[in-house]
Amino acid sequence: MGTNIIILAYNAADIFSEILMAISPLFNQLFSRSPIAPMQAHMKVACQAATEIQGYMDAVMAGDWDLAGKLGAGINKLEGDADELKRKIRLTLPRSLFMPVSRTDLLELLHAQDRIPNLAKHIVGLTSGRQMVIPEALVPAMRELVQWSVKPSAIALEALNELDELITTGFSGKEVDLISAMITRLGEVEHEADIKESEITRLLYSVEKTLDPVDVMFLYRVIEWVGDLADKSQTVGNRMLYLIAR
Amino acid sequence: MGVIEDYGSTLLLLAILFGFFMAWGVGANDVANAMGTSVGSKAITIKQAILIAMVFEFAGAYLAGGEVTSTIRKGIIDPELLATSPELLVYGMMASLLAAGTWLMIASIYGWPVSTTHSIVGAIVGFASVGISVDAVKWGAVGEIVSSWVVSPVLAGTMAFIISLSIRRFIFGAPDAFVAAKRYLPIYLFFVGYMISMVTLTKGLKHIGLEISFAESLIYSASVAFIIMILGFIGLSRIKRVTRSDQLDLVNVERIFAVMMVFTACSMAFAHGSNDVANAIGPLAAVNGIISSGGEIGAKSATPSWILLLGGVGIVAGLALYGYRVMQTIGTHITELTPSSGFAAELAAATTVVVASGASLPISTTHTLVGAVLGVGMARGIAALNLRVVGTIFVSWLVTLPAGAGLSIMFFYLFKAIFGTG
Repeated sequence: MGTNIIILAYNAADIFSEILMAISPLFNQLFSRSPIAPMQAHMKVACQAATEIQGYMDAVMAGDWDLAGKLGAGINKLEGDADELKRKIRLTLPRSLFMPVSRTDLLELLHAQDRIPNLAKHIVGLTSGRQMVIPEALVPAMRELVQWSVKPSAIALEALNELDELITTGFSGKEVDLISAMITRLGEVEHEADIKESEITRLLYSVEKTLDPVDVMFLYRVIEWVGDLADKSQTVGNRMLYLIAR
Repeated sequence: MGVIEDYGSTLLLLAILFGFFMAWGVGANDVANAMGTSVGSKAITIKQAILIAMVFEFAGAYLAGGEVTSTIRKGIIDPELLATSPELLVYGMMASLLAAGTWLMIASIYGWPVSTTHSIVGAIVGFASVGISVDAVKWGAVGEIVSSWVVSPVLAGTMAFIISLSIRRFIFGAPDAFVAAKRYLPIYLFFVGYMISMVTLTKGLKHIGLEISFAESLIYSASVAFIIMILGFIGLSRIKRVTRSDQLDLVNVERIFAVMMVFTACSMAFAHGSNDVANAIGPLAAVNGIISSGGEIGAKSATPSWILLLGGVGIVAGLALYGYRVMQTIGTHITELTPSSGFAAELAAATTVVVASGASLPISTTHTLVGAVLGVGMARGIAALNLRVVGTIFVSWLVTLPAGAGLSIMFFYLFKAIFGTG
């Protein structure tokens, strides 16, 4: 009889606790998933798309359209991935979210990030679509331009990866200084890319009379777009500064 | 007086059973909330959390739980009105335990974040105002308790905000954050240790028979706090840098905070034990008081040790057998909390709860911790918080008080019908 009561009590306790266990505690609701990691994932893809342009343009300049087609398809896929990530981030940023950075600034940053893979896709589309040939005289300068134009995106990614630390330290001055130093460096590299862009533009101007006018027109455009890769990365850096400074 | 004499032991046994189950529920559910931040920030494992909770919940309940228990027991109802029919108070207290327990079960099924404190206070106010008379409730005291439910999260939030700012200033802002963390963090421990021992010594130890003067308390508390601080220094001195980099070595600093969170988890468990155990054993103490004095209400006796003990054991049992599963759920979800922000939140919440315990105020540990976490968020220390939770808390208040009251009124009349009056 005594043991029966104990077993009964134990079973009752068991059921009671099973039910308690099924609760969704307050804290699960309180801590939302940080949007920082998805933002970094998006930037990683964006940066990769920009970096791939280097190999792609090398293939274009070598006239290897098989390789260029393959690399171009890869870049297009990265652009699609970035779009998907962007969509997800936008959906998981409700207004009720309480963040150490402004929601608007974060969305603006995302927008800036997303323009990098878009631009890479456009470059691939234009060069592949017209099977563009880069004139021999322009190749070295084009290599230089491409090399300098894709660099800033990597620095932007590096700065964005510091965002966790920034929040961990509660926006301590040191961490803010670290990030703004990175963004300053980004600006310097972008400036260098600007110089390369004007160099190749001058070079193209000097030989443009010898080339097909329509080709020249689009060459100018490709040069502009490649240079823009650096520009867009710098915009990402500047948006990050908005995020940090409040 | 007949009922008390005829059914006294049955009633007491039932009250013990209800009280134990309530304590069990507090242990299985609430403790997990209190400790979840430590587990979530990966500072301690679930096993360690349970061990810490066992020891310090029990210590908190036993050493500092007396004040809140006496509030639940005799601070809400005016016993003078019941001098002629003590059995009504017995029924009421039993009904309150059963009502709060039932309500917690219902709420758990639907996943509402209700507070045990709010349920039990609502239940006691309910049976007293409807089952006895509106005048039987000390409305002034109830007002004080309810306002403490608003004040405590706000206070904890403000404190967490200030602690976060000071951590940023003194540790993350220092030239070498690692060295600064080792140097300054034990001082935070000193304050917490001092405050907890002060509350325990001045308010908690009476029922053990220790009478300590205020001046003595000051000295003893300082000594205890000093010992805790030294322990902190020793614990931290064993931490070595694992990586060296030119940048801020946050990995190393966070490891220091992880050690600190073991200390804050202890104080959190102590604080929780000192405040929430009363929900389960306060009504039991009231029932016991009446029955052991043969029906006399208002007999001036402190809450007996065995009841505090029972509450402590109940909490530990609930935690040991089932709390870990709840903790597992929470622990895996709070990944966004770093040790440094968890440290600030727990420090603030534990301090607030212990002060409330010293002031005899039954408050919700969970809600206080939520307030503290929001305070850290205000100081830009957490990546993303969902503010809808604040709304959820408000709704849970609005629902819990009437629900606890309604259920306890029902059970009150049920007991009255079963055991009769007179």
